[in-house]
Formats: sequence, structure tokens, C-alpha cells
Amino acid sequence: MKRVVVALIPYLWLLGLFLVPFAIVLKISLSDVAMARPPYLPQFSWSEGISTFLSQLDFENFTFLTTDDLYWKAYLSSLQIAATSTLLTLLIGYPIAYAMARAPEQWRAILMMLVILPFWTSFLIRVYSWMGILSQEGYLNQLLLGLGVISEPLIILNTKIAVYIGIVYTYIPFMILPIYAALHRLDNSLIEAAEDLGCSRAKAFWLVTVPLSRNGIIAGCFLVFIPTLGEFVIPSLLGGSGTLMIGKVLWEEFFNNRDWPVASAVAVVLVLILIIPIVLFQQNQQKQQEAEN
Amino acid sequence: MKGKTLGAACLFALATAVTAADEVRVYNWSDYIDEELLAKFEEETGLKLIYDVFDSNEVLETKMLAGGSGYDVVVPSGTFLQRQIAVGAFQKLDPTKLTNRANLWDVIEKRTARYDPGNEYSVNYMWGTTGLGVNVKRVAEVLGEDTPINSLDLIFKPENMARLASCGVHFLDAPAEVIPAALAYIGEDPDSHDPEVIAKVEPLLMAVRPHVQKFHSSEYINALANGDICVAFGWSGDILQARDRAAEADAGVEIVYHAPSEGALMWFDQMAIPVDAPNPEGAHTFLNFIMDAENMAQASNYVFYANGNLASQAFLVPDVIDDTAIYPDAETLENLYITTPYPAKVQRTVTRLWTRVKSGT
Repeated sequence: MKRVVVALIPYLWLLGLFLVPFAIVLKISLSDVAMARPPYLPQFSWSEGISTFLSQLDFENFTFLTTDDLYWKAYLSSLQIAATSTLLTLLIGYPIAYAMARAPEQWRAILMMLVILPFWTSFLIRVYSWMGILSQEGYLNQLLLGLGVISEPLIILNTKIAVYIGIVYTYIPFMILPIYAALHRLDNSLIEAAEDLGCSRAKAFWLVTVPLSRNGIIAGCFLVFIPTLGEFVIPSLLGGSGTLMIGKVLWEEFFNNRDWPVASAVAVVLVLILIIPIVLFQQNQQKQQEAEN
Repeated sequence: MKGKTLGAACLFALATAVTAADEVRVYNWSDYIDEELLAKFEEETGLKLIYDVFDSNEVLETKMLAGGSGYDVVVPSGTFLQRQIAVGAFQKLDPTKLTNRANLWDVIEKRTARYDPGNEYSVNYMWGTTGLGVNVKRVAEVLGEDTPINSLDLIFKPENMARLASCGVHFLDAPAEVIPAALAYIGEDPDSHDPEVIAKVEPLLMAVRPHVQKFHSSEYINALANGDICVAFGWSGDILQARDRAAEADAGVEIVYHAPSEGALMWFDQMAIPVDAPNPEGAHTFLNFIMDAENMAQASNYVFYANGNLASQAFLVPDVIDDTAIYPDAETLENLYITTPYPAKVQRTVTRLWTRVKSGT
């Protein structure tokens, strides 16, 4: 009995916090925009019955998304920004995780603490402080001007570069922690064995360390890629007018056009874009595991 | 244990129900009040005031459309107010509870009646114009001493903008403010709802957009004051606040505001009570408190916006009442236009145009 209850918890969680909200969003995406409160029709009423309600729904909003190139451009641009930031985060995060895993035992707890510590400050405040660092009169420019490295202040804030800085900074712990966990468990004797068998240090790293930390890398990439794809706060605070992202488009549909149905359709498509690669990836993983067994 | 948690939950629910009656929740624009007034309100009325802020009409409107915002007083601008009244988001004001109504200024009431016929649902909080905030010294350096800084040429002539880009230009992220200005600039009716006429401003905006550092509706106050940018197309009082902050910082930044000579948008921010306000009684108390001549004057003296309260003018400092950037002279007043809400279809055209302008796609 107890076991069944425990097993039920994740399903209840999934049902209550993912499937039900998703069904509501899906329902809104199939309705029509209207001058009402909330601003869409039909609204469900028990007296009219479920079938009349369902018959009033249609896929108009989804076909609308294909008529304007704004939407796929925004999806593509978000995918590109998310992919680039994930790669950057991996390139910076991996060496940090590696150094942490190789550090003397007594240091590791402190290093771990340093990675987690920024979480104790509000995410919004940390992004805001980047505005102070990157602005034209900001600390970075003053430092570089003072050192004589540059003669004109760099324009970083409100460009794509600032968005990348913000995303990499914010999400890097999500990359470091799973990779560190994988590297931490790595048996050092495997590397010694590789070196004994004639591998150079670099070669042993590529042939032994990296493949064995693969699960950490994959987990880290997912943890960074997925939230970045729909990211809204960082591009709107640090990005400029040219940073087109789907989170922003969604915001505009919702707030500026007051078109909740189209906004919901954009969100549904975004979820589908995210779910398909994840499912494919999981199937691939399962196949591999079966093959190994 | 379970019983205890349930009991605690009930107690909590009860506690929130009790406090709702002596709490007033106000949702107003950011940088829009003297915070001493908030303390004064609590002291005089014994009500607890919860004061939240927003920086775009759209954010407020979405809360109003969703319903159940939990706010007792909100402050939408004219066109937004009109639409929200139409969907039934507000309740009619109770004139018997607004004893300070006699203080209001008929000149403004007549104009706000365009949005709220008979002013049944709302009371004017502040009004102002949309125009040009200029860092005088930097702009003179970049464009030369004799470039007029009260003309929309400053922000709509591509060659000016190309040169200003080096010192930074911000535009309001509000199509309903920028598009009418662009229409006025090309000699069209700024309140046009014809998609073909509106489309005429696209090439103009597209030509200057690469030189706009940011489209944002509140950051320009600090950016102007700190000297991070040299021109902002923004709201009058915000720019005057930037002027004041720059003067206080005394770092050599001098900001001026001009309503554009081609005509400027006149807008009205109206206090209204949501239909589902938890404490309409307290909301009326707050409205009446703000409508008091001295209180209203204190707010205007602090934020540099004109208000719709005639009696308050006796208490305004000369810096406010005598400044034609705040209380325009008769000539400027004639040059001001107002706009009406876009129908849903036109709204989509406008938003889409705005997205293209902002992102370049």
C-alpha cells in the first residue's frame, strides 16, 4: 500500500502541475479572441454541455502561425541562441567541473559552495547587476578605459553579446553540477591504466574521461538548453531591439495584442518543439542500454 | 498533526479575510508618487496600504482582463481605460464617497470624458505629453550647436540618428505612443486607424531603428540621468525626473524636455476601481485622499507631472506650475493631440509592425 502511494506521487505531480495546465493552455489555443473577460470565447459552461463546447473549437490559431514568418523566425532564433549558449556554457563549465573534481578533497566542499552561493541572491538582482557592469558608463568600460585597453567605451549592453553573457552566467551551475557529479565518480585508475598503455595525457582525457562523463554532459546540456529556449527575462533586460526570441513574441501576443488564443498556440508549439527531441533522445538512450545489455 | 495543519490553514484564511477590510491595494505606474504620501495615507486613515508598480499599460490590462487581480485601485491610461470599461473591468465610482470631487479641473475632465463618458468610472491622476528628452551637451557635441532639439527631426531623420547612435537613443516600447508621433511627423492624422496609413510610418521607423539602442518604457529615466544615453523619446514627467536626478548628482549632465513642435500626444492616467476589488470602500478612501488639493500637489511637485486637480494648483511649487513643459501654455496646448483605442484587427497590425521595427524582421 505504502509503495503504491509513493509511486503515485510523481504521477500526481505530473498530472497536477504539467498535464492539467497544458490542457488548459491547449483549450485556450483552440478558442477565439474576444472582447470579454478573460478575452477569449467560448468559455466552458456545464449547462451547455461538453459537446457544444468542443464543437466551437478549431485550429485556426495554429494555421495563423504559418501565415506570418515572424513565428518561425523567432523559433529559429531562439533555437540558435539556446544552442550557442549551451555550447558556451559547456566549454566554460566543463573545465571548471574538471578542476573541481581534481581538486584536493578538503577543497571540494568550498569550491562547490562557491558555485552554489550565487543562488542565494535573487536571479533578477544578479541579472540587473550585469546591467551595471556592462553599460556604457559601467564598471567594465571604466576598467578597460582606465587601463588604456580601449579608447572608446564598448557597447555591450543591449546587444546579443550581453544576452550570451547573462545566460552563460546564470545557467553555468546547471552545467557544472551534473558534470562534476560524473567526474567525481570517475575511477582514477582507469586514466592511469590508459597512460600505462601508452596514451598521452590529452588522449586519455578524450578517450576515457570525456566518454565517462557523457551522462553528466548530456544532463547539463538539457538543463541549460531547455530553460534558455523560452527565456524571457535575460533577453528583455540585457538584450537590445534586435534580439528576437520566442519568449518575447509570446509576451507580445499575450500583452500587446491581447490575443490569448494565439499566445497559447505559440506556447503549445514551443512545448512540442521541446518534447520531440527529448523523446527521440530517450528512445535512443534506451536502445543503447538494451544493446549494451 | 493533520488536524493541526488544517486548523492553521483555516486560521490563515480567516486572517487574510479579516485584513482585507483594512487593507488597500494600489497598482500604479513606477516612479509616480511621493512615497511620503503613502505613509501619510496610512497615518490619516489607519488603513494598511499595499503599493505595487508597473511600467506598461499592457501589463495592467492583462491583469484586468484575467480578473481577480486583488487590487483596489489601478491607474490605466485613457485608451486602455476605455477598452477595459467596455469589457466590464471596472465599477462605477460612488460620488457620495468622493467629497473632494469639487477640486477637479473641468478642462481635463472634458478631455477625459472622451474615454470615460461622464467620468463615471475614473478620476484623473496625472496627465502629460510624450516628447523628447535631450542631454543638451552631448547632442550639441554630436550634431552641432544649432540643431533644433524640439523637433522630431532629431529622432526620425536617419542621418541625425546615425550620429546620435554613438551616444545612445532610447524609444518608449509603446507602439501607441511612437506610431502617432511618426504619423504626425509625416503629416498624417496621428489618430489614424487605417492600416494603410499606419503602414506609411514603417519605412521611416525601419530607417532609424538600427540606431535605437533600446525600446523600453522606464529604463531611460536612469540612463538619461547617468549620461548613458543622450536622447530619449519618452513621457514628459519621466524625463523631468531624469533632469532632476542629473542635477542632484551634479556630474555635468543637463537634461531638457520638449514636446515636439510637430505636435505631441497628450495622455491621461486615470484612477479606477476594478469590478472585483476586495475593498471598494478603502479604494474610495484612497481616491478621495489623492483628490485632496494639498496631497495631489505634493504628488505633482514630486513627479513633475501635471494633474487634473484645479484646487491643487495653489499648492504647486513654481518649478512645476510655471514650467511650460509640465503645464503647457495655450499655444502648446493647441498643438497637442489625443488618440483613441485601436480595434482588435488594427491592434494586431500595429503590434506586428512594432515587432518588425524592433527586431528588424
